[in-house]
Amino acid sequence: MQFLLFNFLSPALGLLFQAATNGRFATAWEKAQHPDLSKFLIIGALLFIIGVAGVLTRRNIIVIFMSIELILNAANLNFIAMSRYLQDTGNVNAVAGQIFAVFVIVVAAAEAAIGLGIVIALYRNKETIWVDEIDILKW
Amino acid sequence: MYRYIWLVPLLPLAGAAINGLLGRKLRFSEKLIGGIAVGSIALAFLITVAAVYSYAFSRNAMWPQTYVTSQDGAFKFTWIPGGAVRLTQGSPELQALNLRSEAAMKRAAELQAQQNQPVIGGNEQTGEETRGSVLDVEWSYQLDALSSIFMLIVTGVGLCIFVFATGYMHGDTGFYRFFAYMGLFMFSMLVLVMGSNFLMMFVGWEGVGLCSYLLIGYYFDRQEAANASRKAFITNRVGDFGFALAIFGVIATFGTTQYTDVFGQAATFPLEPLGHWGLLSWIALGLFIGACGKSAQLPLHVWLPDAMAGPTPVSALIHAATMVTAGLYMVTRTNVIFQHSQTMMMVVALVGAATALFAATIGITQNDIKKVLAYSTVSQLGFMFMACGVGAFAIGIFHVMTHAFFKALMFLGAGSVIHGMHHEQDMRRMGNLRKYMPYTYLTFLAGWLAICGIIPFSGFWSKDEILWNAASTRYIPVGWIVWIVGTIAATCTAFYMTRLMAMTFWGKEKFLGKQAGGEADEAHASAYDKGLTQHDAKFTSAGDRPRHEPGEHVGPTGSSAHAHDDHGHAVHIPHESPASMWVPLAVLAVLATIGGFVGISTAFTGGKHIGGRMNIVNFLDPIIWNPATHHFGKEEMLDSAGRPLDGELRARAEVLPAGIEAKEASSPYGPQGFNLAEIADSKLHNETATEWLFIVISLLVAGIGIGLGYLFYVKDTRLPDIWAARLKPLYQASYNKYWVDEFFGWAVTRRVMDAARGVFAFDSKVVDGGVNGSAWLTRLSSRIIGGTDQYFVDGIVNAIAAFVARLMSPLFRAAQTGFAQNYALVMVLGLVVAVALFFGSDIARAVKSVFAIIL
Repeated sequence: MQFLLFNFLSPALGLLFQAATNGRFATAWEKAQHPDLSKFLIIGALLFIIGVAGVLTRRNIIVIFMSIELILNAANLNFIAMSRYLQDTGNVNAVAGQIFAVFVIVVAAAEAAIGLGIVIALYRNKETIWVDEIDILKW
Repeated sequence: MYRYIWLVPLLPLAGAAINGLLGRKLRFSEKLIGGIAVGSIALAFLITVAAVYSYAFSRNAMWPQTYVTSQDGAFKFTWIPGGAVRLTQGSPELQALNLRSEAAMKRAAELQAQQNQPVIGGNEQTGEETRGSVLDVEWSYQLDALSSIFMLIVTGVGLCIFVFATGYMHGDTGFYRFFAYMGLFMFSMLVLVMGSNFLMMFVGWEGVGLCSYLLIGYYFDRQEAANASRKAFITNRVGDFGFALAIFGVIATFGTTQYTDVFGQAATFPLEPLGHWGLLSWIALGLFIGACGKSAQLPLHVWLPDAMAGPTPVSALIHAATMVTAGLYMVTRTNVIFQHSQTMMMVVALVGAATALFAATIGITQNDIKKVLAYSTVSQLGFMFMACGVGAFAIGIFHVMTHAFFKALMFLGAGSVIHGMHHEQDMRRMGNLRKYMPYTYLTFLAGWLAICGIIPFSGFWSKDEILWNAASTRYIPVGWIVWIVGTIAATCTAFYMTRLMAMTFWGKEKFLGKQAGGEADEAHASAYDKGLTQHDAKFTSAGDRPRHEPGEHVGPTGSSAHAHDDHGHAVHIPHESPASMWVPLAVLAVLATIGGFVGISTAFTGGKHIGGRMNIVNFLDPIIWNPATHHFGKEEMLDSAGRPLDGELRARAEVLPAGIEAKEASSPYGPQGFNLAEIADSKLHNETATEWLFIVISLLVAGIGIGLGYLFYVKDTRLPDIWAARLKPLYQASYNKYWVDEFFGWAVTRRVMDAARGVFAFDSKVVDGGVNGSAWLTRLSSRIIGGTDQYFVDGIVNAIAAFVARLMSPLFRAAQTGFAQNYALVMVLGLVVAVALFFGSDIARAVKSVFAIIL
């Protein structure tokens, strides 16, 4: 059954689908199998926007942290995508983006540690993690 | 050997530098300092002797030619690269305007053309040419007859005095300083006499003036020494002003300062007869003013007696033997210029004669042993100028030499006496010192006989020659006046020197009974003289104050049981000075005795200057210009560098140019009227007999002077007081030095002080008033401006600030919510704006294309 499925049915279905869609779908599928740079950038931009919206709108400070992580990871995605893109274009040594991503991850970890420490200290003093109740930056 | 004469000034300088710079720091012992100083002078003296021997007396001697170190590159260095000089003086027009006769005018134009100076510029439109030359003043030393003699005097007599000073200055706290100054003086003096141009002479001239100032003021903590040093310096400035003007004149006229060039050109100038002030007369006047200042001639003599405030070796070296003869050196060096001006010759002779008599009469009444010698020096310098003025320059230099011997001897003898008498200078408290100081006495005796002019001591030969030349001169018409004045001065000289001898070495021992009783040394004389005149307390007193520490004794005799300075406790017994002091005295005494034979009178030698070059008159001949032939040298014709003219040059020189009449060598300016020697000659019909007559007269007056002195101060000691009372006005005038100091005090010092006070008043009232007024004005304006700033400007600023703050503060306060999310929002908005600004069009396009795909 498996043998049939993989060796005959799937190619047949594939050919059928191809014939039905006049090859357009196959092209899209092919493209999806081998995404180009713009896809990654779009994903990165979406992640960034989600993160920014989270930072601006959420009241729970933990969620804001998570949103910040999203922003950082959007940046990481961009770094790696660019790096791969540059490698594809022939620059074998374009690994700076990947190394940068590692650095960003490390910095994010450190930031999270400090940030959560601040949150705990804040909670102990103010007994809240809702950011709209914390306005001591005014002074 | 004479290639090494540049070492002669350098050695004393090096010694002075070592002593002066290191002597104190490294705490040199007296032996080391004295050794360095004496050693450097001795070496310089040896080099000088060798150089002069090889220059003048060796087999291939250069004499009579002048040797300049730059000739063969032994020592040369362009010291002042002066560049082009425009000759403003000495142009044909100017000369012609000054001359009287037609022929002389033509001649002047010719002479100027002969000078052959290069044309260095001009005006193309008018066709005028500017004549000039290139003035490159070089530092090089000149060796000729004149500088040889001066180098020998300076280093030789200087050596004696340095040796003496090591003994005399023993125990002084400033031992190193003294020898540093003395070495510096030797350097300056040697530069003065060895320089090959006027500017080097000027450098030496100022250098010796400075050292004289430093050494007179050696005991600078004593008011009168400080005053005397300033007086010497300021009086010399007057003379130096004239000298500087003369140098400017030389540069403007000849375009060079090198002696040989200047004199070569000057020799071609026309003679300027009596009463005619031509160019060279003015230059000679400037030079003579300089000589008056340095050589203490009337009226600039006032500094020399006061200069006795310095230590006695200084008086001997600077104020008797060398520095004060610099004026003579200068006049003899520039004898070409002086001989061109009959007027200036007469001025020189008359000033010299006046000074000789004037100073000799003062010397008669002074009581300070050094003062007597100081006035004696002034008087002898007057004799030297007399010699120059009557045309006997070589005799003037001869007298410089003999005077250097006997006067240095007597000054050092006086130093020895002062030393032996424990710093007593008043002759009235001496007497019979021959018993206590035999060496000093014997040597002083030689000096006394020499200055009195007793045959065969050195002073006789030179002084007699001066008087003979004055009587027989045909250079100036007033030779007979000069002779009479000189003879009287010689009588006075013999008188006051005998007085000095009698009061100091003969007679009773006046120091035994009288004691000053605890008074300071320099006050002795004034304390003594209070009964006579108040003025005396201010002006008498010169001399050396005790510098020895108590208990430290120099002399070898028994009086060393007590210290030098314990006045008023015991009677001081004089003692003979140590060997370092009397040995130089002995050397100088020998020189003072036999030194005169180098200029032995022609009366003794059949009317000729015998001895070839060994005779000083023959030796100096090449540098003396002969106005009759317009060339150098009496016998041979030489050019200004001492080169003999032979062959064609000689033939051309012998033809006197048009406008100059042939004259006899003895009377280059024509007949000069009344002449003592001529009158005597017309009676005796024998030149040698005439000269003998004058010799006898001069010996006679010396004898009269000595006899009078003996009568007054040995035979009958009441006579001086009796005659002083009889001739009271004269005595007072002489005793008070003719009130010259007072006159200068009134005529110059007071005026200068008044002027200074006036200037001070102007300064304090007008200048300071202006300054203070402007300060007041500034303060006032600053107060106004300050008020404006405080109330008006600050008010506006504060008002605006307050207004802005009131208006804007709610807005900005509202922005400060304190919520982190608000701030983040602002950041994001800013990001959006930034992206929109930068990528706005790209985004719009992308959106459009997306819509196009969707739709």
